[in-house]
Amino acid sequence: MLNLLGDFIGELRAAGIPVSMSEHVDAARAVGVINLGDRSLLRATLGATLVKDGDHLSVFHTAFDVYFSIRSWESAEALLGELDVDQGESDGAAGAAGPGQSRGQGGAGSSLSAQELSELLFRALLDGDVNAMRLGANEAVSRYAGMEPGRPVGGTYYLYRTLRNLELEALEQRLLAGTLGENPDELAQRLAHDDVTARIEQLKAEIEREIRERLVDDRGSEALAKSVRKPLPEDLDVMHANREEMAQLERALRPLSRKLAVRLARRRRRRRRGPVDLRHTVRRSLSTGGVPLDLRFKPPRPAKPEIFVIADVSGSVASFARFTLHLVHAISSQFSKVRSFVFVDGLDEVTRLFDGVEDPADAVARINAEADVIAFDGHSDYGRAFTTFHDHYAKDLTKRSTVLILGDARNNYHEAHAEVLADLHYRAKAVYWLNPEPTSYWNSGDSIVSQYAPYCDRVIECRTLRQLEAFVGELA
Amino acid sequence: MSALDPREELARRLGLSSVPPVRFESPDEVQKLLAENDYLSDDAIASVIYLADRLAKPVLVEGPAGTGKTALAKAVADSLGARLIRLQCYEGLDESKALYEWNYRKQLLRIQAGRPEGAGSEEWHDLEEDIFAEEFMLTRPLLEAISASDPVVLLIDEVDRVELETEALMLEILSEYQVSIPELGTIRAKQIPMVFLTSNNTRELSEALKRRCLYLYVGYPTVERERDIILSRVPGISSALAEQIAQVVRSLRTIDLKKAPSVSETLDWARTLVVLGRSEIGDQDAAATLHILLKYQSDIERATKELLGRSRPVA
Repeated sequence: MLNLLGDFIGELRAAGIPVSMSEHVDAARAVGVINLGDRSLLRATLGATLVKDGDHLSVFHTAFDVYFSIRSWESAEALLGELDVDQGESDGAAGAAGPGQSRGQGGAGSSLSAQELSELLFRALLDGDVNAMRLGANEAVSRYAGMEPGRPVGGTYYLYRTLRNLELEALEQRLLAGTLGENPDELAQRLAHDDVTARIEQLKAEIEREIRERLVDDRGSEALAKSVRKPLPEDLDVMHANREEMAQLERALRPLSRKLAVRLARRRRRRRRGPVDLRHTVRRSLSTGGVPLDLRFKPPRPAKPEIFVIADVSGSVASFARFTLHLVHAISSQFSKVRSFVFVDGLDEVTRLFDGVEDPADAVARINAEADVIAFDGHSDYGRAFTTFHDHYAKDLTKRSTVLILGDARNNYHEAHAEVLADLHYRAKAVYWLNPEPTSYWNSGDSIVSQYAPYCDRVIECRTLRQLEAFVGELA
Repeated sequence: MSALDPREELARRLGLSSVPPVRFESPDEVQKLLAENDYLSDDAIASVIYLADRLAKPVLVEGPAGTGKTALAKAVADSLGARLIRLQCYEGLDESKALYEWNYRKQLLRIQAGRPEGAGSEEWHDLEEDIFAEEFMLTRPLLEAISASDPVVLLIDEVDRVELETEALMLEILSEYQVSIPELGTIRAKQIPMVFLTSNNTRELSEALKRRCLYLYVGYPTVERERDIILSRVPGISSALAEQIAQVVRSLRTIDLKKAPSVSETLDWARTLVVLGRSEIGDQDAAATLHILLKYQSDIERATKELLGRSRPVA
């Protein structure tokens, strides 16, 4: 058990969850005092001792399911049972019992026709019967997933194949028709709808679990854990997030920006002293015979920077721009002024969208609909965007302004107009460029980071929320 | 197993005469006891409470507002018949409010009262010994919990509100169950109290604090559990209505709202509907009472549109 625990913690650390030595010890101790036969108790125990952040729980659960799969549980129990009955033969017998049992289940189920299977699932969903659902999921996976042993995959494709063949849409319709009945209320309809959706989700989760379990059987926990390992929300690559991960990011962003705002406000308040106030100190020193015993300080006047955000909102970098705008505006109280501009090949100021809006997310959502950013063909043109910015807004830049440029610098082979950026750099206090692409991609293809880089104080790779948060925190 | 049971080890370190008995036999018992005190837990909650007792460790409870974090500590205290000592955290909380404070006025009185006999240095020494005794100390919640001899449950509420530095005050108590006072020495716990910390996650707590605690995340309950919570906390409600309320709330939580309805708001809503004498929720009732569940005008508008708006195409 201790070895298994060690491996499991290794996996958690590999996934990015910080587990300290003393937490490891706690977990080992806790495991010593609980009834190991109870899988959900073990889950709660390890969760409570190893994971100290709500955002990390989903990663923990995935890893737990891989390392302590239900099936391995059953075979372990079989093993324990065998030990009780017959000490001598335990090893061989248990080895046979584990897989034999699962194969037996599969064998019994496969006599079902497609029709019967769908009927079974329908019944299970209707009654919310977990056991029947598990059986159905097992059967569905045997039937449709077409799993090939030994392939190093995480099972996403198997899941897709099973779900497609199950025709969940039809199942959903049947359930809806069954539960809806004659009630004409909007509310009742919506509730029925949500209820069915939740049940179908449950079935999907069950099927995914079943596939995972089979993969564990096939390739062992450690190998599978590597394939299904998901990054923590703050480490997700913003550019390549799929829809689900995007939703995760959106959810992570709001608490993140709130925490950042609190932290910065605290930091600002704590800086109590400014520089030495010479006049005041000398005046005080008169009472001690001209010896400056008591230093006086100027009240702190932390410079609140003015921020100009210029964001590329074309295609793939759009989500990154939206996150950054959200974050910057969420902590706008830390800046004396924030002005935002978005561009593709035309440029438009969107600051007004954020005015008087409580939640920056609302404003960010409106950018797509309301900003006028396309002048010609809808391919990003950094040169044109900078020129337009320069023509209209350069006069507003002062030595207190920081310019923040967000984009991948993929200019679609348009003219760079780096000299415009040079002038902006001359006028402003600082120019930072945040690039959501990994450094190794810079300057490949139509990316022209290097042409702009000389006129930026820093060009920063910024692919995850964690990096973004760190940068914005530094800025304020 | 050669390693010492964590409770025994702690008891030995604290110098207790005997190892205090385990409070709960099993997670199931926790669940049962809590249920008797009108708190419906789930497997995870019950397991963590059980562990907290067995390992003699504090529990850090985190989760959205209004999901019963504070209520959990209260219910545990009730089910153990223990006194609940509560430290409400706020920005600017300091040692003298959380731990202890010398009672200056009483010390001054003592000094003045002892003066007339003439001041020898020996007497001064006695006096000094005297005025820094426990008699002249005002105990604040943390110290009170440590020095109590009756069973207590210590609740440190909203620990994320104090500054990072203040957190450090609590570390000694959380890991060693003792408080060091320079003038007095170390005060060790006379028993092992159960300790709960709650946090709304407005800021990252320090690693040091997290490491010393068991972590429990209390999220929104499942439909079934929420229904049961409503049934147990709202007298006179029919199970059909409770079920429907739980479903509405689940649907609301799937919509992207600024502030999703909490369990306590759900209970308020259920009570309202009972007072109004409804046995089921129609569109009208929902529209009229939605403001009990949702606290932002924009949320109410969005929810009304989503839940009660134009007929959804049931294609």
